Amino acid sequence: MQVAAFWALAVTAVASGVAVFRVDSMARATFALLASFLCVGGLLLLLDLHYLGALVVLMMIMEMLVMAVFMVMYMMNPAGLMPMTMIHNGRWALGISVAVFAALAAGIVLTPWPPRRGAPPDDPTYALGEAIMGPKMLVMMGIGLAILATMIGSVVLSTDRGRYDREDPR
Amino acid sequence: MTLDAFLLLAAALFSVGLYGALSQQSIVMLMMGLELMVNGIVVAGGAFWYYIAPGAADGQVLVLVAVTVMALEMAMGFAVVTALFRARDADLTDDAEDLRG
Amino acid sequence: MTPVWTVVALPVALGVLTLLAASGNAVLGAAASGAPAPLRHWDDPLRAAARALVQQRRRTFAADRLLSRVGVVTLPVAALLAAVVLPLGTRAVADWSVGVVWFNAMEVATWAAVWLTGWGPNSAYALVGGYRYLAQGLAYELPHMFALITVALGAGSLNVTRVADAQDGLWFGVWMPVAFAVYLVSALAMAFWGPLAHPVADDVASGAAVELDGPDRLVFAVGRYALLVVAAAAAVPFFLGGGAGPWLPAPVWTLVKTLVVLGALLWAGHRLPVLRMDRFLEFAWIVLIPASLLQMLVVALVVLD
Repeated sequence: MQVAAFWALAVTAVASGVAVFRVDSMARATFALLASFLCVGGLLLLLDLHYLGALVVLMMIMEMLVMAVFMVMYMMNPAGLMPMTMIHNGRWALGISVAVFAALAAGIVLTPWPPRRGAPPDDPTYALGEAIMGPKMLVMMGIGLAILATMIGSVVLSTDRGRYDREDPR
Repeated sequence: MTLDAFLLLAAALFSVGLYGALSQQSIVMLMMGLELMVNGIVVAGGAFWYYIAPGAADGQVLVLVAVTVMALEMAMGFAVVTALFRARDADLTDDAEDLRG
Repeated sequence: MTPVWTVVALPVALGVLTLLAASGNAVLGAAASGAPAPLRHWDDPLRAAARALVQQRRRTFAADRLLSRVGVVTLPVAALLAAVVLPLGTRAVADWSVGVVWFNAMEVATWAAVWLTGWGPNSAYALVGGYRYLAQGLAYELPHMFALITVALGAGSLNVTRVADAQDGLWFGVWMPVAFAVYLVSALAMAFWGPLAHPVADDVASGAAVELDGPDRLVFAVGRYALLVVAAAAAVPFFLGGGAGPWLPAPVWTLVKTLVVLGALLWAGHRLPVLRMDRFLEFAWIVLIPASLLQMLVVALVVLD
């Protein structure tokens, strides 16, 4: 049952990942990417990572919908009604990525992975919370700072108005 | 379900994303490639946690960081595209070639 | 383990309550428009459903039918999947340790559903409606998440059943009034209902739903009422003590409380005007987010004590 679920999710994840770069419609590309993320969320659930699985589903839906807005804004051909190729160095890119996959796969198969140390805790969510509020607090603080910097940076970069010019003067 | 299977899946997602990031002209599509690469890292992080060291929370923290990185990458990426577009009507990587340093 | 009866009971209960919500809305609408004998309008939704099933289909030019079909079907599916973690009385179908996060994730799926429904038909008004829902999502989601986090913080658990059990004696709705109010606003927002129905408002000819016809329209409407029901039902374990109450058994109390919240939401839909999305966004970010953060601080201090 679990094995079947794994293979179904894994094949769908990769297939929809490939579909992202094969379909003409940008809306379809975005939602193919979302399908890939949802499969990965399902795989995390299979690994007993319930919190992270649900979190991936939650965040990726929101993220892809925001992406959909920008994609329609910035693509010449968002609905793919006029098929056109938007690719450069196609052959090189394909070669490089196949080579990278071959190298990674060889490494994965040939590396003698260490045996499993320890057992999963009863509640991995609790363990994660303990870790980021305890020994891994620095990671969390780093993430917090990065989020703050991104918020400020992205607003500064993308706005063309100052602090006091409102769009709709009242 | 073995560690190898999960890692091969992660490598496949990473390579598909790499292809997209290298080959797409549109910056939006390029970012989709980057997101797919990070997606592979999420799978690998979860699999390492489960099969190698489930006792420690390091793998989970890695997944959390990867998911955050995706969101930040996208926010920053779109801010840059918006700035580029305002400055010179460009949404293709090839139009921004002079930005190479 | 999950008792088998809940697996059967949940879809049945959701279906009956959805129909009840639609009927109640028809009666309220008839009463508001001054029709004689408004109660006789209870079967209007059934007539509309029958009509939708036999209606002649329309097509728009160059529509993306796959995507709009996915969007329409996602709406009721998301409502059902969000409902699996809610306790029917004392037992939930899926008693997951992260039920609160799961509920939130499934309810966010409506973003995708409404946007896809708006994008699919290749029609301007429909797309405007889809975008309005995204703006609304960005407005309501953060306060909504903070309200859910506050609840989980107060209970010390992300499991919905434990959240309900943690309100022994004092309901969260009573000592977290701000979180409860924020939750009710976001309940209206997630079902794009009443004052927050801007995505399907009349000024864009019913927005995201404008091009829907036949069974698609029926499924979309069912999904929307089901979302309203689920949003109301979730308020019960989160804020109203779950199935706790004197004399009656837990499932009955859950049902009674759900009906009260659902009635309040339906009533609000007929009493309040539709808000413009940019106004709501500003209100949500400037008022609701700080208010819900303060509420969370208060709860954290109480819990820490």
